[in-house]
Amino acid sequence: MPEPLHEPQFALHVEDLTVSYRDRPVLWDIDIDIPPGVMAAIVGPNGAGKSTLIKSVLGLVRPVAGHVRIFGRHYRDIRRRVAYVPQRSSVDWDFPATALDVVTMGLYGRLGWFRLPGRAERTRAMAALEQVAMQDYAARQISELSGGQQQRVFIARALVQEADLYFLDEPMAGVDAVTEQAIVELLHGLRDAGKTVVMVHHDLQTVQRYFDWLVMLNVRVIGQGPVAETYTPGNLRRTYGGQVALLGGAE
Amino acid sequence: MTAFFGSIPAMIVLTGVLVGLASVLPGTFLVLRGNAMLTDAISHSIVLGIVLVWLATGATAGPVQIAGAALAGIATVVATEALARTRLVKPDAAIGLVFPAMFALGVLLINVFARNVHLDAHTVLLGEIGFVWLDTLPVMGAQVPRAVVWLAIMLAINAGFVLAFYKELKLATFDADQAEALGLRPRLLFNLLLALTSATAVAAFDAVGVILFITFVIVPPATALLLTDRLSRMIALAGLVAAGSALSGYPLAVMWDVSIGGMMALMTGVFFTAAFLLAPRHGLVAGWLRARGQRRDHDCRALVVHLLNHADTPEAAEENTARAMAEHLHWAAPRVVRVIVDGLDRGLIRREGEMLTLTPKGRAMARDIRDPLAG
Amino acid sequence: MILALAADYTVQTVAMGAALLGLVSGTVGAFAVLRGQSLLGAALSHATLPGICAGFLIAGGRHLESLFAGAFVSGLIAAGVAVAIAGRSRIKTDAALGLVLGLSFALGVVLLTHIQARGGAAQAGLESFLFGQAAAMLRGDLAVMAVLAAVALGLVAAFWKELTLVTFDPGFARVQGLPVAAVELGLTALIALAIVLGLQMVGVVLVTAMLIAPAAAARQWVRRLGPMVALSALFGVAAGVFGAVLSAAARGLATGPLIVLAATAIFAASILFAPERGLAARWLRRRAERRRVAGRRVLRSMQALAKEHGDPAYPAERGMIEALHGPGTRAALARLEAQGLVRPVPHRPGSTPHWALTEAGRVQAEDRA
Repeated sequence: MPEPLHEPQFALHVEDLTVSYRDRPVLWDIDIDIPPGVMAAIVGPNGAGKSTLIKSVLGLVRPVAGHVRIFGRHYRDIRRRVAYVPQRSSVDWDFPATALDVVTMGLYGRLGWFRLPGRAERTRAMAALEQVAMQDYAARQISELSGGQQQRVFIARALVQEADLYFLDEPMAGVDAVTEQAIVELLHGLRDAGKTVVMVHHDLQTVQRYFDWLVMLNVRVIGQGPVAETYTPGNLRRTYGGQVALLGGAE
Repeated sequence: MTAFFGSIPAMIVLTGVLVGLASVLPGTFLVLRGNAMLTDAISHSIVLGIVLVWLATGATAGPVQIAGAALAGIATVVATEALARTRLVKPDAAIGLVFPAMFALGVLLINVFARNVHLDAHTVLLGEIGFVWLDTLPVMGAQVPRAVVWLAIMLAINAGFVLAFYKELKLATFDADQAEALGLRPRLLFNLLLALTSATAVAAFDAVGVILFITFVIVPPATALLLTDRLSRMIALAGLVAAGSALSGYPLAVMWDVSIGGMMALMTGVFFTAAFLLAPRHGLVAGWLRARGQRRDHDCRALVVHLLNHADTPEAAEENTARAMAEHLHWAAPRVVRVIVDGLDRGLIRREGEMLTLTPKGRAMARDIRDPLAG
Repeated sequence: MILALAADYTVQTVAMGAALLGLVSGTVGAFAVLRGQSLLGAALSHATLPGICAGFLIAGGRHLESLFAGAFVSGLIAAGVAVAIAGRSRIKTDAALGLVLGLSFALGVVLLTHIQARGGAAQAGLESFLFGQAAAMLRGDLAVMAVLAAVALGLVAAFWKELTLVTFDPGFARVQGLPVAAVELGLTALIALAIVLGLQMVGVVLVTAMLIAPAAAARQWVRRLGPMVALSALFGVAAGVFGAVLSAAARGLATGPLIVLAATAIFAASILFAPERGLAARWLRRRAERRRVAGRRVLRSMQALAKEHGDPAYPAERGMIEALHGPGTRAALARLEAQGLVRPVPHRPGSTPHWALTEAGRVQAEDRA
């Protein structure tokens, strides 16, 4: 039974979210609103709770308080419209699966119980691989791919879900400059088609170029909004504490 | 003295205590280092060593047997590590591939060559502590069971090793890289420890069998780990648990007419269960109480932050009430009541009619939480 | 001899039982190994012993169904306890597994001796579950095993997608809305089921190898999950039938060890000789690479010598090249000659042979530089 819509004008609406490990709060009293059709970055120092934020939005971590709405609905009611690219380190690369197998897994959720993927699913997976220019590697076992290629396969797995909201957890980690550019262009394409992209990002130098929305996080939300208004020296200093002095490019 | 060594129950219990004490010395470090299942592998694999030495020399006990089994234990460790290094299988699968193969080979050889001899597969597996007094050696005028003699020797060697290399073992267990950097050879140290474990297993298998031996190596140290944070105390407590298990297991086994070795091993489980549930800091009950306390701490913090957010605003009279708390924080009524009582008890809030206000202490706490970087 | 064996009623029964065991343990083992749960199987299998005894005590006799039910339940309980200990205390997973393995086996031994004391175990033959006793198997037992095998394989087929996803990427599976905990529990139940199937044949101590060895062997030959599971099942059947038949033929040889050794042999052959991943293939690849590099170095040195002497066909004395590149040089020169990149040049007696670059050799030496 879907609940009544709550703040449906936002792609992502987070209210009073608090997560704690043992007695240490990792996220404290988080309120975030991200409108649809933007490419948003979540930035903050190590331990700021960036990954935890995404994980608790997706129900992988249980919050102590607060709630999350996606297009006004509870996550479990709107799963089909959300895609997720986890951190690369969480995957067993020796698993016997080809690139195409991994992308096909993106369709398992909507196939439902007892149905196996068939030709139609493989065709769609292949199309997603083409979108990330990985069609020539479809039959490769995933450990035989480079870091950037692996990342592209996982983005293809998200693409094949044809979601409206994409969460990516540090997709640029361990990726070369060419692949990073290709990924950014792909995500911009999604945004231009009206999708929403939310990404944990660690490279402050590229924030202004890649993104149009920004959430600055350090256990609490320090600032959020359009990049032009949010990416200010004051917010940076408050997010990163003393470390900001090292980031001369921001001033 | 002679009367003591002549007493069957005394010898059985002494054997059990010696097995326990000799096992927990290496066991403590293996459990801490995350090598417990390697013990399992070793104790299965030494069956092959025991059989091979028996085929070569006809000896089923004594120094040759112990050395042979120690080599079998080392072979297991080396084979497992070599297999894992190929990266064709995961480390845990490597363990699970090596020890059944060696054990199977050992059992098969017993099957073929050693039927109806002292060495049969069930004894190797289960041991027969009840009969250790049958096989004695003269020591200083007394007839002492052979198992007691060898276990006492292994206990002395293990104790000597741990005492001699205590700080090295401690560092190598805690931080192998640092130990390596300081030139302490942690790998060599652990291979020696595993060799001693194998040798102890041989000395013990007559009495408790190779599988129950695992119990004595792993369970008492695991129990002690729940009770203390100091390595030296952990070893002492593990020894106490092991000895206590042997002492209490014997009369119970006699009373219920069941396997003595099995009952002694099972008693380690009783101690473990008690520690798992009731240990003062690391037990389940303590953890549960702490989690409840944390939940209440957390609620208090949410309360004071909420009050601070709305304090000195026009809607304070409306927002800072018990009813608004229930709505705003989505808390059930009993939780709201408990939080408010906690807040009053801790001197964080005051009540003014319907409205809740912060005391200076509560205000400071809320400020701290709301702006963690300010202080 | 072999024909006579194949016609033997007992041998047929045993072979079919072993085939069923291999089929299920191979299939289920593939998932267990990929999930890094190889040792859970070891703990779980030792933990079936008290369940067997409890089944015997409750049913009041050696009814296979009740023994199996007892073994299955106690295996699952042990797995649950291990997970709880590792998850809720500071005890690490491996210690938790070792603890459960040892303690449940101790409980089994105590129960076993309790049954013995009541004068039941000898005719009950419960001890045969330690190492397995294929010859004691009856046609009726086969029916029980067949039903269990069908259930296990049916479950794997029905939940193939879910098992795959949870094994590969549990986080993603949860985001997709799969009940990950339920699937994990199901997988543990399947492992317990496979172990129960192996009790008569392989015994509690060794049955874990039947989960690991066929799967670890199959992984070396293929790169996709479907074929891996199929091959693993095939290896399991092969090892099971081989060991069981041998043991039935040579009565007195324990079945379990024979089956386990057969499975281990298949594994050893696989990591040695599998194409691509195998150690032999790896060694050949490395050797080819070493030779390629050595040949290239020799060519470059000869080119440099030729340039220095202003003579493209300058004959370099082998001793000189050897001085530069060490003892592998002769073999490298022979290989380069076979490729038509260098040629031997007549040389004065008393000196070592001389070699010169061919036209093709010069092109290649330039190309690589």
